[in-house]
Amino acid sequence: MNKNFNGKRASQSVMFFLFRLMSYMVVGILFCIIGFIVIRGLGVINWEFLTTAPEDGMTKGGIFPAIVGTFYLVVGSMLVAFPIGVMSGIYMSEYASNKHIKRVIRVMTNNLGGIPSIVFGLFGMALFVNKLKFGDSIIAGSFTLGLLALPLIIRVTEEALQAIPDSFRQGSLALGATKLQTIRKVVLPAAFPNIMTGLILSIGRVSGETAPILFTAAAYFLPNLPNSVFNQVMALPYHLYVIATSGTDLEATRPMAFGTALVLIIIVLLMNLIANFIRRKYSK
Amino acid sequence: MKLEANNINFYYGDFQALKNINMTIEQNTVTAFIGPSGCGKSTFLRLFNRMNDLIPDTHLTGECLIGGQNIYDKNITVDELRKKVGMVFQKPNPFPKSIFENVAYGLRVNGVRDKKEIADTVEKSLRQAALWEEVKDKLKKSAYELSGGQQQRLCIARALAISPSVILMDEPASALDPISTSKIEELIFELKNSYTVVIVTHNMQQAARVSDKTGFFMLGELIEFDDTKKIFLNPQKEQTQNYITGRFG
Repeated sequence: MNKNFNGKRASQSVMFFLFRLMSYMVVGILFCIIGFIVIRGLGVINWEFLTTAPEDGMTKGGIFPAIVGTFYLVVGSMLVAFPIGVMSGIYMSEYASNKHIKRVIRVMTNNLGGIPSIVFGLFGMALFVNKLKFGDSIIAGSFTLGLLALPLIIRVTEEALQAIPDSFRQGSLALGATKLQTIRKVVLPAAFPNIMTGLILSIGRVSGETAPILFTAAAYFLPNLPNSVFNQVMALPYHLYVIATSGTDLEATRPMAFGTALVLIIIVLLMNLIANFIRRKYSK
Repeated sequence: MKLEANNINFYYGDFQALKNINMTIEQNTVTAFIGPSGCGKSTFLRLFNRMNDLIPDTHLTGECLIGGQNIYDKNITVDELRKKVGMVFQKPNPFPKSIFENVAYGLRVNGVRDKKEIADTVEKSLRQAALWEEVKDKLKKSAYELSGGQQQRLCIARALAISPSVILMDEPASALDPISTSKIEELIFELKNSYTVVIVTHNMQQAARVSDKTGFFMLGELIEFDDTKKIFLNPQKEQTQNYITGRFG
């Protein structure tokens, strides 16, 4: 009896140790990646790197146009995806009553989320660049990235709204509010912090994507900043790909690549922080 | 306003929850519905502000009149009806907003813009709900900083703010401690002067304390409906007698 008991205890401890080890390992891997990038990239980051265009076959100068380009693409894609995604999410959570239609929409949305990003790129090129004649441009890239972010935003919005207790809706309706007023004034504000989380996640996803902008927006080298949404732009992930694989002198551009990677990571973290701040403020 | 139910039958899918119910509730009275769980008393209560409309796959036959007007008529808009028929739920359900905004909500959604009017009505409603003295210095604080009993009185104030004629209460004190409960009961007694109050309760002493008339429901039927005194002291039906003496339910 006692022996059995000890055996159980021992196997418990072993398993707990294993679980703990695995979860610490995940944290460790993250720190390794970030640490590696920071150590290799920190040396090249300075004011000039952040504020000037690349020079001398990208071995010198900075990455300013790529930072600006990525910023435009992220903002553009969110302008496309956020309204469509949130409205679809509201429809799914609050209005759609037909189970079959809901299921079809959900399956389609999930499938959309499972499409490889390079396929989005190809589709974006065919539709936005060629058919709609946007050309390789910020707007074509924004639409393509927007499509990519859509499934995530729809799902997060729907889940955020579903998490709001029905007692809020009933309380509001019982006071003579219409369904739309109830959604606008009670349900959405209560779900807002969680919807912001979806926005954060999709910003992180979108700013790091290379494939969708490959054929739709990204330029190999552009020393000047765009002056219209119909201009091509440089973008951080694509720039990183370029200087890591197809520069004129790969050895010389390697530090620039790590610098670019570090900037990309910092931007994503920074956006998360800003969005988190907004989230905290609203959830009070 | 007077409430009338004529030959009410109500179904959840195939299940008949209410069976041929007839009842007249007079203006400015408190009416209590008692009965075992699942007897249909809450379903019947929710007919009067059409909250049952929110549940899919239900249907209703019979007439439900408020002030002589059939509220299931095609030309009745549900939100207009609910302005006249307020409701307080079993669990306090304040919105995640400030105390002030909770009470002001009904006014705002019904198109009141005037700031002074809103502020005055909020104060008046909180006073009526006997909550003003406790919250007057923290109107901007979240409603969740209040205790459960205070939250329920806030919900009552919220319902009063849009000046309904009828107030429906679905076990309003069942989630509260005895002190909060007695405060709510005093309040119900006060409300009778200006409103028609209908209250569903599991607590028979409560029904006896606050109501003028009591209806006893069982298995979807209205077994007995009479003056509260008569129901508790001299019920005409055996089932009522058994229930109030605690022999079942």
